[in-house]
Amino acid sequence: MSAVTFNESSLKDIMNSPDTTPLPDAATSAPRPAFFPPSGPAFSAAVGKLLRAALPPLLGMALFVLLWQIVSASGGEHGLPGPAKTWESAKLLFADPFYDNGPNDKGIGWNILASLNRVGMGFGLAALVGIPAGFMIGRFQFLSGMVAPIVSLLRPVSPLAWLPIGLYVFKETEPASLWVIFISSIWPIILNTAAGVSRVPQDYLNVARVLNLSEWKIFTRILFPSVLPHLMTGIRLSMGVAWLVIVAAEMLTGGTGIGFWVWDEWNNLNVEHILIAIFIVGIIGLLLEQVLVLIANRFNYE
Amino acid sequence: MHGYLHIDHAKMVFDTKKGKFTALSDINLDVKQGEFITLIGHSGCGKSTLLNLVAGLNDPSDGVLLLSDKEIKGPGPERAVVFQNHSLLPWLTCFGNVYLAVERVFGAKEPKARLKERTEAALDMVGLTHALHQRPNEISGGMKQRVGIARALAMEPKVLLLDEPFGALDALTRAGLQDELMRIVEETHATTLMVTHDVDEAVLLSDRIVMMTNGPAATIGDILEVGLPRPRDRLKLAENPGYHHLRGQVLEFLYQKQLRKAA
Ligand SMILES: Nc1ncnc2c1ncn2[C@@H]1O[C@H](COP(=O)(O)OP(=O)(O)OP(=O)(O)O)[C@@H](O)[C@H]1O
Ligand SMILES: [Mg+2]
Repeated sequence: MSAVTFNESSLKDIMNSPDTTPLPDAATSAPRPAFFPPSGPAFSAAVGKLLRAALPPLLGMALFVLLWQIVSASGGEHGLPGPAKTWESAKLLFADPFYDNGPNDKGIGWNILASLNRVGMGFGLAALVGIPAGFMIGRFQFLSGMVAPIVSLLRPVSPLAWLPIGLYVFKETEPASLWVIFISSIWPIILNTAAGVSRVPQDYLNVARVLNLSEWKIFTRILFPSVLPHLMTGIRLSMGVAWLVIVAAEMLTGGTGIGFWVWDEWNNLNVEHILIAIFIVGIIGLLLEQVLVLIANRFNYE
Repeated sequence: MHGYLHIDHAKMVFDTKKGKFTALSDINLDVKQGEFITLIGHSGCGKSTLLNLVAGLNDPSDGVLLLSDKEIKGPGPERAVVFQNHSLLPWLTCFGNVYLAVERVFGAKEPKARLKERTEAALDMVGLTHALHQRPNEISGGMKQRVGIARALAMEPKVLLLDEPFGALDALTRAGLQDELMRIVEETHATTLMVTHDVDEAVLLSDRIVMMTNGPAATIGDILEVGLPRPRDRLKLAENPGYHHLRGQVLEFLYQKQLRKAA
């Protein structure tokens, strides 16, 4: 009962806050006795704050699991596996993630590592080429004009459309999937870096001009630090794309990797494992994103 | 034969979305070496624009600017600028911001230890020794302006260009820095151009006060010769009738002649 009224008031706070931030910020407007030891009203206020922050996501997750249960139950004999059954299967799967029974039967851990490795290499190559390219395009108007039509033509191409080209050129699946990741994750890096370079505040460039700094000093002291936040955004977006693409690419190329594993389990008609794979892909994507956000915050000077 | 800094029929036209905008027109000014000039005028009349022309950050649309008989072509470290919005690099500490300038000017002929000394001395002069290793976003607006001043002074420039350097400071700090600036300029004989809104500051510091008309196409309305003897002491000046007369003249220009025009 109390939980319900509590939630209502927090919802009202969110509605009334002028900018409707997604997080309940109401705690700032309420008196918050921060320097008292956690006892009495202060303690319950702290617990309340925690609850307020944790309640909505927990409730959402619970609802999600419930929906899943309903869907799977309504399917009858051939419905989707339910949460409990999937959980049991996951426990078994992760009991021995690193077994190796030959090329087509490896533990889930190996498959995840194989995918991460591919993403790392393809994405690393994209960064290696994309960052300098972005700087050049941002710094030289002429180059920007030259590259613009190429980028706008190639960027909307579906990542998997590049796979046959990769297979044809490299004759092997491994470099072909790296190629697909490279070509689909390079655009956000190039575009964001270039935008960052062209948006370096005039004030900072004026400082460089008055001091008459060398090109190298301008790059290390002004251009690079100023572009870094944009660059990190590019890297984050591109990492997201790479992780999206790898699953699809591996389904087509086979061998190892989480994408291949999904396809293999589909052939085995092991639907629990497919559901687990979806969770794994989601969780790893989330973790990658969070790590990059943490790094990006490190370079935020405002 | 003309002055150390010679501005001859300078004109500044900006290309804006709504077409051409003439900010300055027909600016003529000769400044002697070591002279202290303040530019005063209403907001938006073109003081910063004129300062940027001397800095070389903008090229005049017409006319010519000479510094010791050479045309001003682009900026250079012998003309240090204290920017109106301080323009510190947010990723460098206070020390780092000043050091960048010191290194550029003296790095070729002095050892690192000496550069470090210079940097610390400059920050000490504006009273920021305690904030050496803080970033601009960690200090107050007034402190940022002081770092900007330290950066310019540390370069030991021939020409010092200050765009409302004391604008964000409280009266006390402001007075302290004004005295400091007078002392430094006397020592280094830097030729100084300073934009200000503050009439008392203008009279206290300048040899001449350049009063600008309102824009668009602003120009120099009048130049006031400040004959007060140096070194100047703000307390003694308060009793000087000449001081009050000068003050009155600037106020009259700003609030009678120019305001009527603007209205
Ligand atoms: N880059 C620019 N492009 C277009 N117009 C400009 C530009 N810079 C300045 N102006 C215009 O020129 C005029 C003078 O601007 P300026 O910044 O020199 O004024 P100011 O006297 O320094 O004002 P304040 O005392 O408020 O700093 C203003 O009308 C401004 O809008
Ligand atoms: Mg200005």
